[in-house]
Amino acid sequence: MVDTATPAAVVPKREAPACQMGSSQTPVLESPVLEAPLLEVSGLTKHFPVRKGLLRRIQGHVYAVDGVSFTIGAGETLGLVGESGCGKTTVGRTVMRLIEPTAGTIRLVGQDVTRLGKSEFRPYRRQLQIIFQDPFSSLNPRKRAGDIVGEPLKIHEALSRGERHERVAALFERVGLRRAQMDNFPHQFSGGQRQRIGVARALALNPKLIIGDEPVSALDVSIQAQVINLLMDLQRDMKLSYLFISHNLAVVEHISHRIAVMYLGRIVEYTDKVTLFTRPLHPYTEALLAAVPVPDPAIKRVKRVVQGDVPSPLKPPPGCRFHTRCPYAEARCKAEVPALREVERGHHVACHLR
Amino acid sequence: MSLQAAPHPERAEPANKPAEPVLAVENLQTYFYTRTGLVKAVDGVSFALARAATLAIVGESGCGKSVTALSLMRLVADPPGRIVGGAIRLDGVDLLGVDEAAMRDIRGNQISMVFQEPMTSLNPVMTIGRQISEAVILHQRMSHKAALGRAIEMLQLVGIPEPRQRAKEYPHQLSGGMRQRAMIAMALACNPKVLIADEPTSALDVTIQAQILELIAKLQRELGTAVILITHDLGVVAETAERVIVMYAGRKVEEAAVGELFARPLHPYTRGLMNSIPRLALMRREAGAAAQRLQEIPGIVPALSNLPQACTFAPRCAFADDTCRGRFPPYQEKRPDHWAACWHSERITERANG
Repeated sequence: MVDTATPAAVVPKREAPACQMGSSQTPVLESPVLEAPLLEVSGLTKHFPVRKGLLRRIQGHVYAVDGVSFTIGAGETLGLVGESGCGKTTVGRTVMRLIEPTAGTIRLVGQDVTRLGKSEFRPYRRQLQIIFQDPFSSLNPRKRAGDIVGEPLKIHEALSRGERHERVAALFERVGLRRAQMDNFPHQFSGGQRQRIGVARALALNPKLIIGDEPVSALDVSIQAQVINLLMDLQRDMKLSYLFISHNLAVVEHISHRIAVMYLGRIVEYTDKVTLFTRPLHPYTEALLAAVPVPDPAIKRVKRVVQGDVPSPLKPPPGCRFHTRCPYAEARCKAEVPALREVERGHHVACHLR
Repeated sequence: MSLQAAPHPERAEPANKPAEPVLAVENLQTYFYTRTGLVKAVDGVSFALARAATLAIVGESGCGKSVTALSLMRLVADPPGRIVGGAIRLDGVDLLGVDEAAMRDIRGNQISMVFQEPMTSLNPVMTIGRQISEAVILHQRMSHKAALGRAIEMLQLVGIPEPRQRAKEYPHQLSGGMRQRAMIAMALACNPKVLIADEPTSALDVTIQAQILELIAKLQRELGTAVILITHDLGVVAETAERVIVMYAGRKVEEAAVGELFARPLHPYTRGLMNSIPRLALMRREAGAAAQRLQEIPGIVPALSNLPQACTFAPRCAFADDTCRGRFPPYQEKRPDHWAACWHSERITERANG
């Protein structure tokens, strides 16, 4: 394992974050880097077989993810939004190869890692880490917090016990926990602190990309802000990339550079965040934006509530998968699958009518 | 503490609202007697709910909002919980003074409740139609056949397609949004005076949430039910409520009409909550504001056992001084019909405006 960095360099000290109201900061609205993408996913597909009966025959498939493609650059955050059952979590886990994809390729810094064997994949896996939604079930209750955070180091790096202790202590301080808390068990921490432990564990191996699967959804709003700020500070200091999976559009708007909207296993719109929130083109994106409650009673919006439920991913509708709920649907939408087209620079939409 | 928690005198109501509230809660105290000590989950909460009005109770987990709701229904598990003081007057009848048999007549009939997670609050082995008709048979002494007819009528009212068919189905056959509709149908079947909705949409997707909130508002207009909406989502509050109560650590810290509260929050906790959520600035065409750092509320919600006889928010408050740490702030009318419990609300407003 190549690791030349010293612990001090690995874990930059947390500085008092300067107020970033001015324009001196890097323009947040553009992707910071436009070179070869860190992660390139193309045609990613995952169909889960559904087995039934005595012989456990395959009775059908859950079409969880169907031909999803996107890229993430270094230091960039891609927000992946959609409602429950749209396949966003499956995308995250497939990128980590916690679930093997049915088809498609995953490239990490140009290298195709989709079919690598376990040991070949290992050096790549350390560059990918994941933070889970539920800070209560994603930490082993019988382990001390310090051991939880140190476990990736134990597996991937040959360090002495003392070195590892130092690294873990530095990580604790980096995420805003106290060194003395390393000996505590998860139940002794609050929800927000537990999520900080999850972040520290994800940072332990200096990954390039962190997949956050609804990392703040289980937290109270005041605590949510703490964790979002922490993630954004870490990105700025360590040039991390995030695949940020969430159903909360306000949070995604805040943290992402670009956003992909998923509906029933497919990306329906994919663009930078300013375009998405000011000029959404897909009817589903419109519906999503219209449905978010805005915390300002002075704004009285004319609500066009989209009717109906999300269809089952077991039997997704033919053609455009949104046509059953789409107010503009035409005959063509029921028959032909709309391709994800670039309708203007960097703005991809899968809709026949746009 | 009864001193601070004394019910405030009746407000001068606007002319279009009837002066007599349908529900008046006075100095409600619900305590839990646990092994680790006395937990004052609800400590001296008072409010009045006008007919056909919507009152939101906002706060984070552990602030006592759900226990308040359960107390109104007299559903607090005893032991360990007990309502130790106060009065809950529903149309003049003190619910704390009636016996359990009389309460069974009132509960589900005159005051009913919708819970957050519809799957766990519906009986999985009973058809939807029977579950709804059960309440009607019990309270309105209808025949089984007539009650089933009423159930189908209610299912139609809440917008469930093919209500006759759906009434014969079991909860697992319905989607999450449909289950919540069925719950609302059940709660409203006896045409209650007050509906308590405890996080009714928190488990639902945004497009479904918008449908359910619209449904509650529509039924409220048609049936004249008063609604208590318990939520942590300030967006939902801004879009649905007329009046808002903010709770912190078992007490009311602020109360006002929704426009007034969002325009001029007087308690630092309310202000902190509002600043800690991402604002959906892009969607509201406030370019530039999106890059601002979220304001954190430092620390965590205090444990409810052994609260100090002082402002419970002081340890997390930037304005706190010795007064705050020494004495509990009185709950006062700081502006016309705008109440708050804070020693320094004038200073806070000045600083926000200056």
